[in-house]
Amino acid sequence: MNLQGILAIYRFEMARTFRTPAQSIVSPVISTVLYFVVFGAAIGGRIEQVDGVSYGAFIVPGLIMLSVLTQSISNASFGIYFPKFIGTIYELLSAPISYYEIVIGYVGAAATKSLMIGVIILATAGLFVPLEIAHPIWMITFLVLTCVSFSLLGFIIGIISNNFEQLQLVPLLVITPLVFLGGSFYSVSMLPPAWQTVTFFNPVLYLISGFRWSFYEVSDVDVGLSLLAISVFLVICMTVTWWIFKTGYKIKS
Amino acid sequence: MTTIVDVADLTKTYGSGHQALKSVSLAIQTGEILALLGPNGAGKTTLISIICGIVTPTSGRVRVAGHDIQSNFRAARAVVGLVPQEITLEPFETVQNTVRFSRGLFGKPNDPVLIEKVLRSLSLWDKRKAQIKELSGGMKRRVLIAKALSHEPRVLFLDEPTAGVDVELRKDMWAVVEGLRAQGVTIILTTHYIEEAEAIADRVGIISKGEILLVEDKATLMARMGRKEMIIELQSPIDKVPEALGAYALTRASAGEALTYTYDTQKGRTGITRLLSDISAAGLVVRDVQTRQNSLEEIFVDLVKDDT
Repeated sequence: MNLQGILAIYRFEMARTFRTPAQSIVSPVISTVLYFVVFGAAIGGRIEQVDGVSYGAFIVPGLIMLSVLTQSISNASFGIYFPKFIGTIYELLSAPISYYEIVIGYVGAAATKSLMIGVIILATAGLFVPLEIAHPIWMITFLVLTCVSFSLLGFIIGIISNNFEQLQLVPLLVITPLVFLGGSFYSVSMLPPAWQTVTFFNPVLYLISGFRWSFYEVSDVDVGLSLLAISVFLVICMTVTWWIFKTGYKIKS
Repeated sequence: MTTIVDVADLTKTYGSGHQALKSVSLAIQTGEILALLGPNGAGKTTLISIICGIVTPTSGRVRVAGHDIQSNFRAARAVVGLVPQEITLEPFETVQNTVRFSRGLFGKPNDPVLIEKVLRSLSLWDKRKAQIKELSGGMKRRVLIAKALSHEPRVLFLDEPTAGVDVELRKDMWAVVEGLRAQGVTIILTTHYIEEAEAIADRVGIISKGEILLVEDKATLMARMGRKEMIIELQSPIDKVPEALGAYALTRASAGEALTYTYDTQKGRTGITRLLSDISAAGLVVRDVQTRQNSLEEIFVDLVKDDT
């Protein structure tokens, strides 16, 4: 196992984050604060409690998930797309490092970054609303699983993309709508029955629901189902990654 | 001499159907400098890319230091360094970090002393904290070399290292190559420039249209270059070379209207005077005489042309 190689990729990627702190860390924090100002203070004042939780506190898990999902995908996809774009991927391919080690390096760094952002947003939220975390271990488990699986998804997107536009396509057109419609800002029970049924086809709902359960013990779907959903998603991403490297798809001719 | 890179029956057909390599076999000796000469699209870069693991071969086998590049890729790649043809570097990284990254990627612990030595040898030490994008093209090429040397390869591939590089940097590169040879590093370089092959290579391989046409010691090639041909045009054509001239190994050319005599300019006596007097003694009338020299370029052009 080429531990030095994994560490080299990990450090290199982390260094990129700290070289651009405004883009990597400050901007997600600012957008979260804005969400709190708009939803928490302006609208939240007019909404009673949701499922026994004050509206401001209710949206915290959804806000964290929103940032963690988009950040995981954009970090990991950019991380692998950039070497492909500028050609430095030759070095990865010619080094004595296996594919899964490359994945650990890039996905590990991307997941660390989004985990950091998740924690920073959680801390920022704590300034606005009183936080209670009923199941801290489950909370961390959900967070880490989400960071890792969506970083893997980002890695896959980065490899498949042929240009910068495609790189942005999935986060903008797929992930953001799914998160907004996945109960980040509301409980599914607040929707008309027909829309409730539609919402249950949204995979992100299961993530947010499970994550919110770890905070307030309220959920739209059973927490076991949430855990199953994220695990299945992780396995799917791992399988696709494995296939990509096995065939050299879009990397090796 | 032991073989460090052993290429056997290597073929590569790209997805587009383009056959870049047609059954290439090549044995590269430990410690030698091999120059691969060939026109654009000859398959030089494909060959190097397969050996380094960037391109998957269609068929055939490559061993580096005894390790198969596919079944034992870690051991094989660990000894190989590659300096690619295109300048591909992370523009926002510093020189020092990108070189350190390369060493780590190859599984070696950070070694500041060695990195300093490498950077100094390439006149990059003063620029170690500069971002890549601030460097000139020549400097960037040095960084590519520094990255490859940072993990102490035993075999170094230089893909067109001096393409588009000024004379001074080219001389510097040759000096670096010479220094590496002294350390026992095996070097394979591809080039368009015949002078480059003449200046630094031990052996020269000529590749065209995916086939290796020739691999020879430079000394042998030089000897071939030292040979000259004298073409003696005759007044009237002859059916065969007269027996009296049998000792000169003449060949008939231009349907018997000329004789070709090959001689070595390096020798003390070329035998030209004697040949000319023997020709007139044999009753042949000479109309014109011309001589021409084989250069490596000519050998190269001939080989490549024959191939088309």
